[in-house]
Amino acid sequence: MSIARESLRIHGLSCRFGAVTAVDEIDLDVPAGQMLAVIGRSGAGKSTLLRMINRLQEPSTGSIAYGPTDVTALRGRALRDWRRDCAMIFQQFNLIGRADVLTNVLIGRLNHRPWLPSLLGLFTEAERAMAVQALDRFGLLDIALQRADTLSGGQQQRVALCRALLQEPRMLLADEPIASLDPHNARLVMDALRQINREDGLTILANLHHLDTARAYCDRVVALDRGRIVFDDIPDRLTPDVIMAIYNITEQEFHAADTPVAEPMRQIQ
Amino acid sequence: MSGATSIEQAFQARRRQRRARAVAGGALLLGLLIVSAVIAEAFLDALGAGLPRMGEYFGRLIPDLHLAELFAGSKIQGSLAFWMYRADSWLWLLFETSQIAALATLAGAMIAVLLCFPAASNLAPNRATYLVFRRLLELFRTVPDIVYALILVWAFGVGPLAGILAIGLHTVGALGKLFAEVVENSTMGPWHATLATGANWAQCVRYAILPQVLPNFLSYVLLRFEVNVRGATVIGFVGAGGIGQELYQVISFSYYQEISAIVALIILGVVAIDLSSAWLRHRAIRQPA
Ligand SMILES: Nc1ncnc2c1ncn2[C@@H]1O[C@H](COP(=O)(O)OP(=O)(O)O)[C@@H](O)[C@H]1O
Ligand SMILES: [Mg+2]
Repeated sequence: MSIARESLRIHGLSCRFGAVTAVDEIDLDVPAGQMLAVIGRSGAGKSTLLRMINRLQEPSTGSIAYGPTDVTALRGRALRDWRRDCAMIFQQFNLIGRADVLTNVLIGRLNHRPWLPSLLGLFTEAERAMAVQALDRFGLLDIALQRADTLSGGQQQRVALCRALLQEPRMLLADEPIASLDPHNARLVMDALRQINREDGLTILANLHHLDTARAYCDRVVALDRGRIVFDDIPDRLTPDVIMAIYNITEQEFHAADTPVAEPMRQIQ
Repeated sequence: MSGATSIEQAFQARRRQRRARAVAGGALLLGLLIVSAVIAEAFLDALGAGLPRMGEYFGRLIPDLHLAELFAGSKIQGSLAFWMYRADSWLWLLFETSQIAALATLAGAMIAVLLCFPAASNLAPNRATYLVFRRLLELFRTVPDIVYALILVWAFGVGPLAGILAIGLHTVGALGKLFAEVVENSTMGPWHATLATGANWAQCVRYAILPQVLPNFLSYVLLRFEVNVRGATVIGFVGAGGIGQELYQVISFSYYQEISAIVALIILGVVAIDLSSAWLRHRAIRQPA
Protein backbone atom coordinates (compact mmCIF):
# COMPACT_ATOMS: atom_id res chain seq x y z
CA MET A 1 0.00 0.00 0.00
CA SER A 2 1.32 3.36 -1.01
CA ILE A 3 -0.65 5.75 1.20
CA ALA A 4 1.64 7.48 3.66
CA ARG A 5 0.94 6.67 7.30
CA GLU A 6 1.38 9.38 9.89
CA SER A 7 1.39 9.41 13.65
CA LEU A 8 -1.68 10.45 15.61
CA ARG A 9 -1.09 13.10 18.25
CA ILE A 10 -3.76 13.86 20.83
CA HIS A 11 -3.28 16.75 23.20
CA GLY A 12 -5.38 17.89 26.15
CA LEU A 13 -8.48 16.18 24.73
CA SER A 14 -11.67 16.37 26.81
CA CYS A 15 -15.32 15.62 26.27
CA ARG A 16 -18.03 16.67 28.68
CA PHE A 17 -21.70 15.70 28.68
CA GLY A 18 -23.29 18.18 31.04
CA ALA A 19 -21.82 17.41 34.44
CA VAL A 20 -20.16 14.17 33.29
CA THR A 21 -16.60 14.41 32.03
CA ALA A 22 -16.35 11.37 29.78
CA VAL A 23 -12.80 12.06 28.61
CA ASP A 24 -10.59 14.24 30.76
CA GLU A 25 -7.50 16.02 29.38
CA ILE A 26 -5.98 13.09 27.51
CA ASP A 27 -2.51 13.28 25.93
CA LEU A 28 -1.66 10.40 23.62
CA ASP A 29 0.81 9.87 20.76
CA VAL A 30 0.26 6.85 18.53
CA PRO A 31 3.07 6.16 16.05
CA ALA A 32 2.17 4.94 12.56
CA GLY A 33 1.58 1.20 12.37
CA GLN A 34 1.03 0.63 16.09
CA MET A 35 -1.65 -1.71 17.41
CA LEU A 36 -2.92 -0.08 20.56
CA ALA A 37 -5.40 -1.47 23.08
CA VAL A 38 -7.55 0.89 25.12
CA ILE A 39 -8.85 -0.83 28.23
CA GLY A 40 -11.02 0.33 31.08
CA ARG A 41 -14.24 -0.50 32.82
CA SER A 42 -17.60 0.33 31.33
CA GLY A 43 -18.12 4.10 31.36
CA ALA A 44 -14.38 4.87 31.48
CA GLY A 45 -14.63 6.91 28.26
CA LYS A 46 -13.18 4.45 25.72
CA SER A 47 -15.94 4.83 23.12
CA THR A 48 -16.04 8.59 23.52
CA LEU A 49 -12.29 8.77 22.90
CA LEU A 50 -12.55 6.75 19.68
CA ARG A 51 -15.61 8.66 18.49
CA MET A 52 -13.80 11.95 18.94
CA ILE A 53 -10.90 10.72 16.81
CA ASN A 54 -13.16 10.24 13.76
CA ARG A 55 -15.30 13.19 14.85
CA LEU A 56 -18.54 11.26 15.33
CA GLN A 57 -18.34 13.06 18.67
CA GLU A 58 -17.23 16.69 18.95
CA PRO A 59 -14.48 17.24 21.56
CA SER A 60 -15.12 19.90 24.21
CA THR A 61 -11.50 21.00 24.30
CA GLY A 62 -8.11 19.81 23.09
CA SER A 63 -6.63 18.86 19.76
CA ILE A 64 -6.18 15.84 17.55
CA ALA A 65 -3.58 15.88 14.79
CA TYR A 66 -2.78 13.30 12.15
CA GLY A 67 0.63 14.15 10.71
CA PRO A 68 0.29 17.75 9.55
CA THR A 69 -3.54 17.65 9.59
CA ASP A 70 -5.45 19.32 12.41
CA VAL A 71 -8.33 16.84 12.65
CA THR A 72 -10.33 18.97 15.09
CA ALA A 73 -10.57 21.83 12.57
CA LEU A 74 -11.94 19.80 9.64
CA ARG A 75 -15.31 20.67 8.10
CA GLY A 76 -17.47 19.42 5.21
CA ARG A 77 -15.67 17.51 2.48
CA ALA A 78 -12.36 17.51 4.39
CA LEU A 79 -14.07 16.01 7.44
CA ARG A 80 -15.69 13.26 5.35
CA ASP A 81 -12.31 12.50 3.76
CA TRP A 82 -10.81 12.19 7.24
CA ARG A 83 -13.53 9.72 8.23
CA ARG A 84 -12.68 7.73 5.11
CA ASP A 85 -9.01 7.69 6.18
CA CYS A 86 -9.90 6.69 9.73
CA ALA A 87 -12.23 3.69 9.43
CA MET A 88 -14.25 2.35 12.37
CA ILE A 89 -15.85 -0.92 13.39
CA PHE A 90 -18.40 -1.30 16.19
CA GLN A 91 -19.45 -3.74 18.89
CA GLN A 92 -22.85 -4.17 17.23
CA PHE A 93 -21.33 -4.45 13.72
CA ASN A 94 -23.90 -1.98 12.36
CA LEU A 95 -24.38 -3.65 8.99
CA ILE A 96 -27.42 -2.95 6.85
CA GLY A 97 -29.40 -6.06 7.67
CA ARG A 98 -31.67 -6.06 4.63
CA ALA A 99 -28.84 -5.56 2.15
CA ASP A 100 -26.54 -8.31 0.92
CA VAL A 101 -22.96 -8.69 2.10
CA LEU A 102 -21.42 -7.33 -1.11
CA THR A 103 -23.47 -4.11 -0.89
CA ASN A 104 -22.51 -3.72 2.76
CA VAL A 105 -18.85 -3.97 1.85
CA LEU A 106 -19.26 -1.48 -1.02
CA ILE A 107 -20.57 1.11 1.49
CA GLY A 108 -16.87 1.60 2.20
CA ARG A 109 -16.50 3.09 -1.30
CA LEU A 110 -19.13 5.82 -0.94
CA ASN A 111 -16.61 8.54 -0.13
CA HIS A 112 -14.56 7.64 -3.22
CA ARG A 113 -17.57 7.86 -5.53
CA PRO A 114 -19.22 10.82 -7.24
CA TRP A 115 -22.37 11.03 -5.16
CA LEU A 116 -25.05 10.90 -7.86
CA PRO A 117 -24.02 7.50 -9.32
CA SER A 118 -23.50 6.22 -5.80
CA LEU A 119 -27.10 7.13 -4.90
CA LEU A 120 -28.26 5.01 -7.82
CA GLY A 121 -26.24 2.12 -6.44
CA LEU A 122 -23.78 2.18 -9.32
CA PHE A 123 -20.41 0.86 -8.24
CA THR A 124 -17.71 0.02 -10.76
CA GLU A 125 -16.62 -3.47 -11.67
CA ALA A 126 -13.20 -2.69 -10.19
CA GLU A 127 -14.85 -1.80 -6.88
CA ARG A 128 -16.86 -5.01 -6.84
CA ALA A 129 -13.62 -6.88 -7.53
CA MET A 130 -12.03 -5.08 -4.58
CA ALA A 131 -14.93 -6.11 -2.37
CA VAL A 132 -14.73 -9.72 -3.53
CA GLN A 133 -11.00 -9.75 -2.84
CA ALA A 134 -11.51 -8.41 0.67
CA LEU A 135 -14.23 -10.99 1.39
CA ASP A 136 -12.00 -13.75 0.05
CA ARG A 137 -9.18 -12.65 2.32
CA PHE A 138 -11.32 -13.36 5.40
CA GLY A 139 -13.01 -16.50 4.09
CA LEU A 140 -16.36 -14.85 3.40
CA LEU A 141 -16.58 -15.37 -0.35
CA ASP A 142 -19.40 -17.92 -0.33
CA ILE A 143 -21.71 -15.61 1.64
CA ALA A 144 -21.13 -12.57 -0.61
CA LEU A 145 -24.71 -12.52 -1.90
CA GLN A 146 -26.40 -13.50 1.35
CA ARG A 147 -28.40 -10.96 3.35
CA ALA A 148 -26.31 -9.48 6.16
CA ASP A 149 -28.92 -10.23 8.85
CA THR A 150 -28.63 -13.96 8.15
CA LEU A 151 -24.96 -14.06 9.23
CA SER A 152 -23.44 -15.04 12.55
CA GLY A 153 -21.90 -12.32 14.70
CA GLY A 154 -18.39 -13.34 13.78
CA GLN A 155 -19.18 -13.21 10.09
CA GLN A 156 -20.87 -9.82 10.48
CA GLN A 157 -17.85 -8.33 12.22
CA ARG A 158 -15.54 -9.60 9.47
CA VAL A 159 -17.88 -8.13 6.85
CA ALA A 160 -17.70 -4.84 8.75
CA LEU A 161 -13.92 -5.14 8.60
CA CYS A 162 -14.09 -5.61 4.81
CA ARG A 163 -16.29 -2.52 4.59
CA ALA A 164 -13.65 -0.62 6.57
CA LEU A 165 -10.85 -1.86 4.32
CA LEU A 166 -12.65 -0.73 1.16
CA GLN A 167 -12.33 2.80 2.45
CA GLU A 168 -8.56 2.34 1.89
CA PRO A 169 -8.06 3.83 5.35
CA ARG A 170 -4.84 4.97 6.99
CA MET A 171 -5.90 3.90 10.44
CA LEU A 172 -8.63 1.78 12.02
CA LEU A 173 -10.69 2.34 15.16
CA ALA A 174 -12.33 -0.72 16.72
CA ASP A 175 -14.88 -0.09 19.48
CA GLU A 176 -15.17 -3.33 21.48
CA PRO A 177 -15.00 -5.39 18.27
CA ILE A 178 -15.32 -8.76 20.01
CA ALA A 179 -17.52 -7.96 23.01
CA SER A 180 -20.58 -9.57 21.36
CA LEU A 181 -18.77 -12.64 20.05
CA ASP A 182 -18.10 -16.14 21.35
CA PRO A 183 -14.42 -17.04 21.99
CA HIS A 184 -13.92 -18.76 18.63
CA ASN A 185 -15.28 -15.86 16.58
CA ALA A 186 -13.51 -13.39 18.84
CA ARG A 187 -10.24 -15.05 17.89
CA LEU A 188 -11.06 -14.96 14.17
CA VAL A 189 -11.79 -11.24 14.35
CA MET A 190 -8.73 -10.42 16.46
CA ASP A 191 -6.55 -12.48 14.11
CA ALA A 192 -7.98 -10.51 11.19
CA LEU A 193 -7.22 -7.20 12.94
CA ARG A 194 -3.69 -8.37 13.69
CA GLN A 195 -3.25 -9.42 10.05
CA ILE A 196 -4.43 -6.04 8.78
CA ASN A 197 -2.10 -4.29 11.17
CA ARG A 198 0.90 -6.42 10.17
CA GLU A 199 0.30 -6.80 6.43
CA ASP A 200 -1.22 -3.42 5.55
CA GLY A 201 0.65 -1.43 8.19
CA LEU A 202 -2.58 0.17 9.44
CA THR A 203 -2.51 1.88 12.81
CA ILE A 204 -5.18 0.27 14.98
CA LEU A 205 -6.82 1.60 18.15
CA ALA A 206 -9.01 -1.07 19.73
CA ASN A 207 -11.20 -0.75 22.82
CA LEU A 208 -10.99 -4.13 24.45
CA HIS A 209 -12.43 -5.43 27.56
CA HIS A 210 -10.54 -8.58 28.17
CA LEU A 211 -7.04 -7.88 29.35
CA ASP A 212 -5.75 -11.19 27.96
CA THR A 213 -6.86 -10.17 24.48
CA ALA A 214 -5.04 -6.87 24.85
CA ARG A 215 -1.94 -8.67 26.04
CA ALA A 216 -2.01 -11.25 23.26
CA TYR A 217 -2.61 -8.97 20.30
CA CYS A 218 -1.43 -5.45 21.00
CA ASP A 219 1.89 -3.61 20.99
CA ARG A 220 0.80 -1.22 23.67
CA VAL A 221 -1.94 -0.88 26.28
CA VAL A 222 -3.54 2.33 27.48
CA ALA A 223 -5.84 2.04 30.49
CA LEU A 224 -8.54 4.62 31.17
CA ASP A 225 -10.32 5.30 34.42
CA ARG A 226 -12.99 8.00 34.67
CA GLY A 227 -11.75 9.63 31.48
CA ARG A 228 -8.08 9.74 32.45
CA ILE A 229 -5.10 7.66 31.32
CA VAL A 230 -3.92 5.65 34.31
CA PHE A 231 -1.56 3.26 32.53
CA ASP A 232 0.35 3.46 29.23
CA ASP A 233 2.97 0.81 28.54
CA ILE A 234 3.78 -2.47 26.83
CA PRO A 235 1.36 -5.34 27.62
CA ASP A 236 3.95 -7.26 29.66
CA ARG A 237 3.88 -4.57 32.30
CA LEU A 238 0.11 -4.94 32.76
CA THR A 239 0.43 -7.39 35.64
CA PRO A 240 -2.29 -8.32 38.15
CA ASP A 241 -0.47 -6.12 40.69
CA VAL A 242 -0.75 -3.15 38.36
CA ILE A 243 -4.45 -3.81 37.84
CA MET A 244 -4.86 -3.91 41.62
CA ALA A 245 -2.95 -0.67 41.95
CA ILE A 246 -4.92 1.31 39.36
CA TYR A 247 -8.45 -0.09 39.72
CA ASN A 248 -8.25 -1.42 43.28
CA ILE A 249 -9.76 -4.75 42.18
CA THR A 250 -8.42 -8.08 40.96
CA GLU A 251 -8.32 -8.97 37.29
CA GLN A 252 -11.28 -11.36 37.75
CA GLU A 253 -13.31 -8.58 39.30
CA PHE A 254 -12.30 -6.29 36.46
CA HIS A 255 -13.72 -8.74 33.93
CA ALA A 256 -16.78 -9.57 35.99
CA ALA A 257 -17.80 -5.94 36.09
CA ASP A 258 -18.23 -5.94 32.32
CA THR A 259 -19.06 -9.53 31.47
CA PRO A 260 -22.75 -9.92 30.64
CA VAL A 261 -23.43 -12.52 33.33
CA ALA A 262 -27.07 -12.83 32.23
CA GLU A 263 -26.02 -14.36 28.90
CA PRO A 264 -26.91 -18.03 29.72
CA MET A 265 -30.27 -16.88 31.09
CA ARG A 266 -31.03 -15.04 27.91
CA GLN A 267 -30.34 -18.16 25.87
CA ILE A 268 -32.79 -20.22 27.92
CA GLN A 269 -35.68 -17.85 27.22
CA MET B 1 -41.72 -10.33 54.17
CA SER B 2 -42.03 -6.62 54.82
CA GLY B 3 -40.61 -6.09 51.30
CA ALA B 4 -43.49 -8.11 49.82
CA THR B 5 -46.14 -6.16 51.77
CA SER B 6 -44.68 -2.83 50.81
CA ILE B 7 -44.68 -3.86 47.13
CA GLU B 8 -48.33 -4.95 47.55
CA GLN B 9 -49.14 -1.58 49.08
CA ALA B 10 -47.35 0.29 46.34
CA PHE B 11 -49.20 -1.80 43.77
CA GLN B 12 -52.56 -1.04 45.41
CA ALA B 13 -51.76 2.65 45.57
CA ARG B 14 -50.78 2.73 41.93
CA ARG B 15 -53.96 0.89 40.95
CA ARG B 16 -56.12 3.32 42.91
CA GLN B 17 -54.34 6.20 41.23
CA ARG B 18 -54.86 4.69 37.76
CA ARG B 19 -58.54 4.03 38.42
CA ALA B 20 -59.07 7.57 39.67
CA ARG B 21 -57.39 8.88 36.53
CA ALA B 22 -59.52 6.65 34.28
CA VAL B 23 -62.75 7.84 35.97
CA ALA B 24 -61.70 11.50 35.70
CA GLY B 25 -60.75 11.01 32.06
CA GLY B 26 -64.08 9.29 31.32
CA ALA B 27 -66.06 12.09 32.97
CA LEU B 28 -64.13 14.70 31.02
CA LEU B 29 -64.75 12.83 27.77
CA LEU B 30 -68.50 12.57 28.49
CA GLY B 31 -68.64 16.30 29.29
CA LEU B 32 -66.87 17.19 26.06
CA LEU B 33 -69.22 14.91 24.12
CA ILE B 34 -72.28 16.69 25.54
CA VAL B 35 -70.78 20.13 24.85
CA SER B 36 -70.00 19.26 21.25
CA ALA B 37 -73.46 17.72 20.77
CA VAL B 38 -75.06 20.97 21.98
CA ILE B 39 -72.86 23.04 19.69
CA ALA B 40 -73.46 20.81 16.67
CA GLU B 41 -77.20 20.55 17.49
CA ALA B 42 -76.95 16.81 17.23
CA PHE B 43 -79.94 16.05 19.42
CA LEU B 44 -81.78 12.81 19.66
CA ASP B 45 -85.08 14.36 18.50
CA ALA B 46 -83.36 15.68 15.35
CA LEU B 47 -82.00 12.20 14.84
CA GLY B 48 -85.47 10.74 15.38
CA ALA B 49 -86.99 13.10 12.84
CA GLY B 50 -84.31 12.40 10.26
CA LEU B 51 -84.18 8.63 10.49
CA PRO B 52 -87.58 7.88 8.85
CA ARG B 53 -86.75 10.28 6.02
CA MET B 54 -83.48 8.46 5.53
CA GLY B 55 -85.36 5.21 5.43
CA GLU B 56 -87.70 6.62 2.81
CA TYR B 57 -84.75 7.74 0.68
CA PHE B 58 -83.14 4.34 0.87
CA GLY B 59 -86.46 2.77 0.01
CA ARG B 60 -86.54 4.65 -3.27
CA LEU B 61 -82.98 3.58 -4.01
CA ILE B 62 -83.83 -0.12 -3.89
CA PRO B 63 -83.31 -1.37 -7.44
CA ASP B 64 -86.40 -2.58 -9.26
CA LEU B 65 -85.31 -6.18 -9.80
CA HIS B 66 -87.51 -9.19 -10.53
CA LEU B 67 -86.21 -12.64 -9.84
CA ALA B 68 -87.77 -14.09 -13.00
CA GLU B 69 -86.14 -11.58 -15.34
CA LEU B 70 -82.90 -11.13 -13.35
CA PHE B 71 -80.61 -12.30 -16.11
CA ALA B 72 -82.69 -11.09 -19.03
CA GLY B 73 -81.50 -8.55 -21.59
CA SER B 74 -81.03 -4.84 -21.01
CA LYS B 75 -84.39 -4.00 -22.64
CA ILE B 76 -86.43 -5.89 -20.07
CA GLN B 77 -87.44 -4.08 -16.89
CA GLY B 78 -86.47 -5.91 -13.68
CA SER B 79 -83.25 -7.39 -15.06
CA LEU B 80 -79.77 -6.64 -13.72
CA ALA B 81 -78.75 -5.43 -17.17
CA PHE B 82 -81.66 -2.95 -17.21
CA TRP B 83 -80.60 -1.59 -13.79
CA MET B 84 -76.98 -1.27 -14.92
CA TYR B 85 -77.90 -0.08 -18.41
CA ARG B 86 -74.94 2.33 -18.53
CA ALA B 87 -72.47 0.03 -16.80
CA ASP B 88 -69.87 0.50 -19.56
CA SER B 89 -69.53 4.26 -19.10
CA TRP B 90 -69.86 4.01 -15.31
CA LEU B 91 -67.09 1.41 -15.16
CA TRP B 92 -64.95 3.68 -17.27
CA LEU B 93 -65.60 6.57 -14.88
CA LEU B 94 -64.84 4.32 -11.93
CA PHE B 95 -61.57 3.42 -13.64
CA GLU B 96 -60.88 7.13 -14.14
CA THR B 97 -61.47 7.73 -10.44
CA SER B 98 -59.07 4.95 -9.48
CA GLN B 99 -56.50 6.43 -11.89
CA ILE B 100 -56.89 9.88 -10.32
CA ALA B 101 -56.24 8.24 -6.97
CA ALA B 102 -53.31 6.18 -8.27
CA LEU B 103 -51.53 9.08 -9.97
CA ALA B 104 -52.11 11.41 -7.04
CA THR B 105 -50.87 8.78 -4.58
CA LEU B 106 -47.76 8.07 -6.65
CA ALA B 107 -46.83 11.72 -7.21
CA GLY B 108 -47.62 12.67 -3.61
CA ALA B 109 -45.61 9.73 -2.27
CA MET B 110 -42.57 10.64 -4.35
CA ILE B 111 -42.50 14.19 -3.03
CA ALA B 112 -43.21 12.92 0.50
CA VAL B 113 -40.16 10.62 0.29
CA LEU B 114 -37.98 13.62 -0.57
CA LEU B 115 -39.38 15.73 2.27
CA CYS B 116 -39.58 13.13 5.05
CA PHE B 117 -35.86 12.69 5.79
CA PRO B 118 -35.08 16.29 6.76
CA ALA B 119 -38.40 16.19 8.69
CA ALA B 120 -37.15 13.29 10.86
CA SER B 121 -35.63 14.48 14.13
CA ASN B 122 -32.90 11.83 14.11
CA LEU B 123 -31.59 12.71 10.62
CA ALA B 124 -32.23 16.44 10.24
CA PRO B 125 -28.85 18.22 10.14
CA ASN B 126 -30.15 20.73 12.70
CA ARG B 127 -33.24 21.65 14.69
CA ALA B 128 -34.22 24.49 12.32
CA THR B 129 -34.29 22.21 9.26
CA TYR B 130 -36.41 19.71 11.15
CA LEU B 131 -38.93 22.35 12.20
CA VAL B 132 -39.16 23.93 8.73
CA PHE B 133 -39.84 20.60 7.02
CA ARG B 134 -42.29 19.47 9.69
CA ARG B 135 -44.28 22.72 9.32
CA LEU B 136 -44.18 22.38 5.53
CA LEU B 137 -45.68 18.89 5.73
CA GLU B 138 -48.34 20.12 8.15
CA LEU B 139 -49.21 22.87 5.70
CA PHE B 140 -49.86 20.29 2.97
CA ARG B 141 -51.82 18.09 5.32
CA THR B 142 -54.09 20.53 7.13
CA VAL B 143 -55.89 21.63 3.96
CA PRO B 144 -58.43 18.87 3.11
CA ASP B 145 -58.29 17.56 -0.46
CA ILE B 146 -61.83 18.79 -1.16
CA VAL B 147 -60.72 22.38 -0.44
CA TYR B 148 -57.70 21.99 -2.72
CA ALA B 149 -60.13 20.63 -5.35
CA LEU B 150 -62.47 23.64 -5.12
CA ILE B 151 -59.53 26.00 -5.70
CA LEU B 152 -57.97 23.90 -8.44
CA VAL B 153 -61.21 23.36 -10.36
CA TRP B 154 -61.49 27.12 -10.43
CA ALA B 155 -57.88 27.42 -11.68
CA PHE B 156 -57.61 24.47 -14.09
CA GLY B 157 -61.27 23.99 -15.00
CA VAL B 158 -63.51 20.97 -14.51
CA GLY B 159 -61.76 17.63 -15.02
CA PRO B 160 -59.43 14.97 -13.63
CA LEU B 161 -56.28 17.18 -13.56
CA ALA B 162 -57.71 19.27 -10.72
CA GLY B 163 -58.58 16.07 -8.87
CA ILE B 164 -55.10 14.60 -9.25
CA LEU B 165 -53.42 17.77 -8.01
CA ALA B 166 -55.84 18.20 -5.11
CA ILE B 167 -55.42 14.68 -3.76
CA GLY B 168 -51.70 14.70 -4.53
CA LEU B 169 -51.09 17.84 -2.46
CA HIS B 170 -52.91 16.49 0.56
CA THR B 171 -51.11 13.14 0.14
CA VAL B 172 -47.69 14.84 0.33
CA GLY B 173 -48.51 16.07 3.81
CA ALA B 174 -50.31 12.97 5.03
CA LEU B 175 -47.66 10.51 3.85
CA GLY B 176 -44.71 12.81 4.60
CA LYS B 177 -45.59 12.88 8.30
CA LEU B 178 -46.06 9.11 8.49
CA PHE B 179 -42.82 8.53 6.57
CA ALA B 180 -40.90 10.85 8.90
CA GLU B 181 -42.20 8.89 11.88
CA VAL B 182 -41.12 5.60 10.31
CA VAL B 183 -37.67 7.11 9.73
CA GLU B 184 -37.50 8.23 13.36
CA ASN B 185 -38.05 4.64 14.45
CA SER B 186 -35.23 3.20 12.37
CA THR B 187 -32.13 1.62 13.86
CA MET B 188 -29.34 4.18 13.94
CA GLY B 189 -26.36 1.80 14.03
CA PRO B 190 -26.07 1.56 10.22
CA TRP B 191 -26.40 5.36 10.01
CA HIS B 192 -23.42 5.94 12.33
CA ALA B 193 -21.40 3.26 10.56
CA THR B 194 -22.11 4.75 7.12
CA LEU B 195 -21.36 8.25 8.37
CA ALA B 196 -18.08 6.88 9.73
CA THR B 197 -17.05 5.73 6.23
CA GLY B 198 -17.00 9.37 5.09
CA ALA B 199 -20.29 9.17 3.19
CA ASN B 200 -22.35 12.35 2.86
CA TRP B 201 -25.84 12.90 4.26
CA ALA B 202 -27.69 11.80 1.12
CA GLN B 203 -25.59 8.66 0.79
CA CYS B 204 -26.24 7.78 4.43
CA VAL B 205 -29.98 8.21 3.89
CA ARG B 206 -29.89 6.06 0.76
CA TYR B 207 -27.84 3.20 2.17
CA ALA B 208 -28.39 3.15 5.94
CA ILE B 209 -32.03 4.25 6.27
CA LEU B 210 -33.92 3.64 3.02
CA PRO B 211 -33.59 -0.19 3.03
CA GLN B 212 -34.97 -0.26 6.59
CA VAL B 213 -37.98 1.95 5.95
CA LEU B 214 -38.98 1.00 2.40
CA PRO B 215 -41.36 -1.87 3.32
CA ASN B 216 -43.22 0.38 5.75
CA PHE B 217 -43.31 3.21 3.21
CA LEU B 218 -44.85 0.86 0.65
CA SER B 219 -47.42 -0.27 3.16
CA TYR B 220 -48.44 3.32 3.95
CA VAL B 221 -48.58 4.21 0.23
CA LEU B 222 -51.03 1.37 -0.42
CA LEU B 223 -53.13 2.34 2.60
CA ARG B 224 -53.17 5.92 1.34
CA PHE B 225 -54.21 4.69 -2.10
CA GLU B 226 -57.27 3.05 -0.55
CA VAL B 227 -58.14 6.31 1.23
CA ASN B 228 -57.53 8.30 -1.95
CA VAL B 229 -59.90 6.15 -4.03
CA ARG B 230 -62.70 7.20 -1.68
CA GLY B 231 -61.40 10.77 -1.69
CA ALA B 232 -61.33 10.83 -5.50
CA THR B 233 -64.99 9.74 -5.56
CA VAL B 234 -66.09 12.57 -3.27
CA ILE B 235 -63.90 15.10 -5.07
CA GLY B 236 -65.83 14.44 -8.29
CA PHE B 237 -68.77 16.24 -6.62
CA VAL B 238 -67.00 19.57 -7.06
CA GLY B 239 -66.16 18.84 -10.70
CA ALA B 240 -62.81 17.17 -10.36
CA GLY B 241 -63.58 14.27 -12.67
CA GLY B 242 -64.38 10.57 -12.32
CA ILE B 243 -67.43 8.68 -11.07
CA GLY B 244 -68.15 11.25 -8.36
CA GLN B 245 -69.07 13.87 -10.94
CA GLU B 246 -71.60 11.47 -12.50
CA LEU B 247 -72.94 10.44 -9.09
CA TYR B 248 -73.46 14.10 -8.18
CA GLN B 249 -75.53 14.60 -11.32
CA VAL B 250 -77.83 11.62 -10.86
CA ILE B 251 -78.31 12.60 -7.20
CA SER B 252 -79.28 16.16 -8.10
CA PHE B 253 -81.72 14.88 -10.75
CA SER B 254 -83.06 12.25 -8.28
CA TYR B 255 -82.56 9.34 -10.69
CA TYR B 256 -82.96 6.84 -7.84
CA GLN B 257 -82.28 3.68 -9.83
CA GLU B 258 -79.09 5.14 -11.27
CA ILE B 259 -77.91 6.34 -7.85
CA SER B 260 -78.17 2.83 -6.46
CA ALA B 261 -76.51 1.34 -9.53
CA ILE B 262 -73.52 3.69 -9.28
CA VAL B 263 -73.21 3.31 -5.50
CA ALA B 264 -73.26 -0.48 -5.93
CA LEU B 265 -70.46 -0.24 -8.49
CA ILE B 266 -68.41 2.07 -6.26
CA ILE B 267 -68.76 -0.28 -3.30
CA LEU B 268 -67.69 -3.25 -5.41
CA GLY B 269 -64.75 -1.31 -6.85
CA VAL B 270 -63.55 -0.01 -3.50
CA VAL B 271 -63.82 -3.44 -1.90
CA ALA B 272 -61.82 -4.99 -4.76
CA ILE B 273 -59.10 -2.34 -4.45
CA ASP B 274 -59.00 -2.62 -0.65
CA LEU B 275 -58.65 -6.38 -0.77
CA SER B 276 -55.87 -6.45 -3.34
CA SER B 277 -54.05 -3.59 -1.67
CA ALA B 278 -54.28 -5.27 1.75
CA TRP B 279 -52.86 -8.42 0.21
CA LEU B 280 -49.95 -6.45 -1.30
CA ARG B 281 -49.35 -4.62 1.98
CA HIS B 282 -49.01 -7.81 3.96
CA ARG B 283 -46.60 -9.15 1.39
CA ALA B 284 -44.56 -5.92 1.49
CA ILE B 285 -44.13 -6.10 5.26
CA ARG B 286 -43.30 -9.78 5.34
CA GLN B 287 -41.08 -10.06 2.27
CA PRO B 288 -37.40 -9.06 2.42
CA ALA B 289 -36.41 -6.21 0.12
N1 LIG C 1 -24.07 10.94 24.14
C1 LIG C 1 -23.86 10.96 25.47
N2 LIG C 1 -24.61 11.76 26.27
C2 LIG C 1 -24.39 11.80 27.60
N3 LIG C 1 -23.49 11.08 28.25
C3 LIG C 1 -22.71 10.25 27.53
C4 LIG C 1 -22.86 10.14 26.09
N4 LIG C 1 -21.97 9.25 25.63
C5 LIG C 1 -21.27 8.83 26.72
N5 LIG C 1 -21.72 9.42 27.85
C6 LIG C 1 -21.17 9.22 29.21
O1 LIG C 1 -19.79 9.34 29.15
C7 LIG C 1 -19.15 8.37 29.94
C8 LIG C 1 -18.19 7.55 29.11
O2 LIG C 1 -18.93 6.76 28.19
P1 LIG C 1 -18.25 5.82 27.11
O3 LIG C 1 -17.24 6.60 26.36
O4 LIG C 1 -19.33 5.18 26.33
O5 LIG C 1 -17.53 4.74 28.03
P2 LIG C 1 -16.98 3.29 27.64
O6 LIG C 1 -17.00 3.17 26.16
O7 LIG C 1 -15.62 3.23 28.23
O8 LIG C 1 -17.91 2.33 28.30
C9 LIG C 1 -20.25 7.55 30.60
O9 LIG C 1 -20.48 8.07 31.88
C10 LIG C 1 -21.43 7.80 29.71
O10 LIG C 1 -22.62 7.72 30.46
MG1 LIG D 1 -18.09 1.79 24.97
